[in-house]
Amino acid sequence: MENNTKIQSKGIFESQNALHSKKSVRDAFGKALVELGKQNKNIVAFSADLAGSVRTNWFAKEFPDRHFEVGISEQNMMGVASGLAACGKIPFVGSFAVFNPGRNLDQLRASVCYSNMNVKIIGAHAGITVGEDGATHQALEDIAITRSLPNLTVIVPSDYNEMYKATIASAKHKGPVYIRSGRPKVEQLPESDFVIGKANILQKGSDITIIACGIMVQESLKAANELKKQGISARVINMHTIKPIDKEIIINAAKETKGIITVEEHQIHGGLGSAVAEVVVENHPIPMKIIGVKDTFGESGSGPELLEKYGLTSKQIIKEAINLLS
Amino acid sequence: MELKQKSKDIKISILKMLNNAGNGHTGGSLSTADIFTALYFQIMNIDPKNPNDPSRDRLILSNGHVAPVMYASLAHSGYFPVDELMTLRKLNSRLQGHPHMNSAPGIENTAGPLGQGISVAVGHALAAKLDNKDYITYCSLGDGELNEGQVWEAFFSINKFKLNNLICFIDRNKVQLSGDSIDIMPLEPLADKLASFNLNVIEASGHDFDEIITAFESAKNSNKPTIIIFNTIMGKGVSFMEGSYKWHGIAPDDEQTKKAIEEIQNGE
Repeated sequence: MENNTKIQSKGIFESQNALHSKKSVRDAFGKALVELGKQNKNIVAFSADLAGSVRTNWFAKEFPDRHFEVGISEQNMMGVASGLAACGKIPFVGSFAVFNPGRNLDQLRASVCYSNMNVKIIGAHAGITVGEDGATHQALEDIAITRSLPNLTVIVPSDYNEMYKATIASAKHKGPVYIRSGRPKVEQLPESDFVIGKANILQKGSDITIIACGIMVQESLKAANELKKQGISARVINMHTIKPIDKEIIINAAKETKGIITVEEHQIHGGLGSAVAEVVVENHPIPMKIIGVKDTFGESGSGPELLEKYGLTSKQIIKEAINLLS
Repeated sequence: MELKQKSKDIKISILKMLNNAGNGHTGGSLSTADIFTALYFQIMNIDPKNPNDPSRDRLILSNGHVAPVMYASLAHSGYFPVDELMTLRKLNSRLQGHPHMNSAPGIENTAGPLGQGISVAVGHALAAKLDNKDYITYCSLGDGELNEGQVWEAFFSINKFKLNNLICFIDRNKVQLSGDSIDIMPLEPLADKLASFNLNVIEASGHDFDEIITAFESAKNSNKPTIIIFNTIMGKGVSFMEGSYKWHGIAPDDEQTKKAIEEIQNGE
C-alpha cells in the first residue's frame, strides 16, 4: 500500500513492476455488496441462476432474506428490481453482460431508465476474455447499449480496488448505474481515488494520450512504458466512467498532446472510443485512433490468445501510437 | 347504483380524450372500465390526496396501452383535474400515450412494452413482504399480453415467493391488435395453464359489478396468489365497437364519439 502511494504521488509508472499481483474483479463486487448490505438494510440483490459466477452468493449467505434467486429469467429480474426500487430498495441485479443488459434491454430501458429507478446493474463476464465459452457469451456491445440510455450511469472498473469502490459509489448514487466487469483475474493498478464521472490520469505525458477502460488500462500502461523507451511521452487516462464522461480531461488531452488513442475490450462502434471522439470533434479536433474489436464476433480460445488475435494488446497500442505520431 | 354511474363517466371521458387526441387505444380501455371503476372507487385502499403513502394499495398497469382508462379513473378519483384528460398524447402533457411513472400523481409505473408491469408488481409485493406492510398490489394484464414470455417468468416467481398480497387480473376480451387472439396465438385452456402455476384462479364477468367485487374480495382472502380472468367485451357499451379487434388501436372520430357517448348514457 505504501508503495502504491509513492508511485501515485510521482504520477508516473517507472516500470511494469508497478502492476501488482492478479486479483478477481468479481470478488471485489461480492465483498463490496456484503459491506453495503451491512450498512444499509435497503440493499437487495438478485440472481438469475448465476449467484456464484457474479458473486451475489456471498451477500445471499449473509442476508438470505434480501437475496432473490429468480431463476433464468433476466427480463423478470430487471422488472422486479424496478418494483422494489419504487418501494425504496436499492436492488443489485447481476448476470452475464450478454444477458444483462443483452437479454433485458427493453426492461432496462422502460422500467428502469425511463422511470429513473435506483437499480444497479452488474454486467459480469463481459468482453472477449470470457474466452472459451465463445462469441455467444462475449459481450462486446454492452457499453454502446448502456451508453445510449438516458439517466443511466456507465462504469467500467479496471481492477479489484476500482470494482470495490465503484460498487460502493454506485449505491450512494441515486439513479440507475451499469457496472461492467470481466471474469479473469487482473493485475492491480496503484490505488486511486474513485469519483463517478472523474477520470484518473495514471501517467503524465506530452506527446500522445492513451485513454482506456477496464483491463485495457493495464495494457495501456505497459504500452506507455515501452513508448517511453522509444522517446515518446504518453499520457495514460483511466476512463472508468463512460457516462457521464469526463469532458475536461479529454479536452485537455486534445489540447496538450498531438493525438488520442482509445482502447477498450469492446466493439469499436459506440463504446469508449465513440464517447471520447464525440467530445474531441465538438471541442478540439485532433487525430484519433480507436482500438477495440473491429465489428466482428469473437470465438473460443483462452483470454490471452483472444486479446492477441483481436489486437487488444500493449503491442498493438504501441504500433498505433507510432502510426498516429508519424 | 353509484359504481354504474361512475363507470359511465369514466367511459365517456375515455371516448372524449381519445377523440381529442386523434389516436390511441379505445377497445381495451372500454373493456376494462368497469373493473377499474370497482378498483378505484371501492376495492383499493387509496387516498388521492396522499398518492405516495407507503401503505397505499397500488395498481400496476402492465397493459400500458389502456392508459386512458387509468387516467380517467385517476382524474375522476381526484388525483388530478378531469379537464387535464384532454391533454392526452399532446406535447408537454403529463398524460403520455403510454404511462410514464410519476409523471402525474397515481401513475405507479412506466408501461407500454408488454409483460413488464407484472414483474414490477412482483417487486412491489416483495417489498411489502420485506417491510411487513399489508398493502395489496393489483396488476392489470391484457390477454394478448400473455403472449409475452416475461409474463410467465413472473408467474413462476409469484408462486416461488408466495405472493398472496399480489392480485393479478386479465382483461380477457379475446381480441388483440391484429385479430382475434385465437388466431394470433391461442391461450386456451387458459385457466388450466394458470392453475398449473399453482395460482388461485378465479373466473368472473368483467362487466358485472357484483361479480367483479366478489372476485377481488375472494382474492384478498386467498392464501395462494390469485389471478382473476375477467371475461370482457372489447369496446363494451358501444355497439359498433363491441368485439372488434379493429378498435384495439384507434380513436373515434367526432361523429362516432357522439354516437358512442349517447349509447353509453342510454345503456344499462
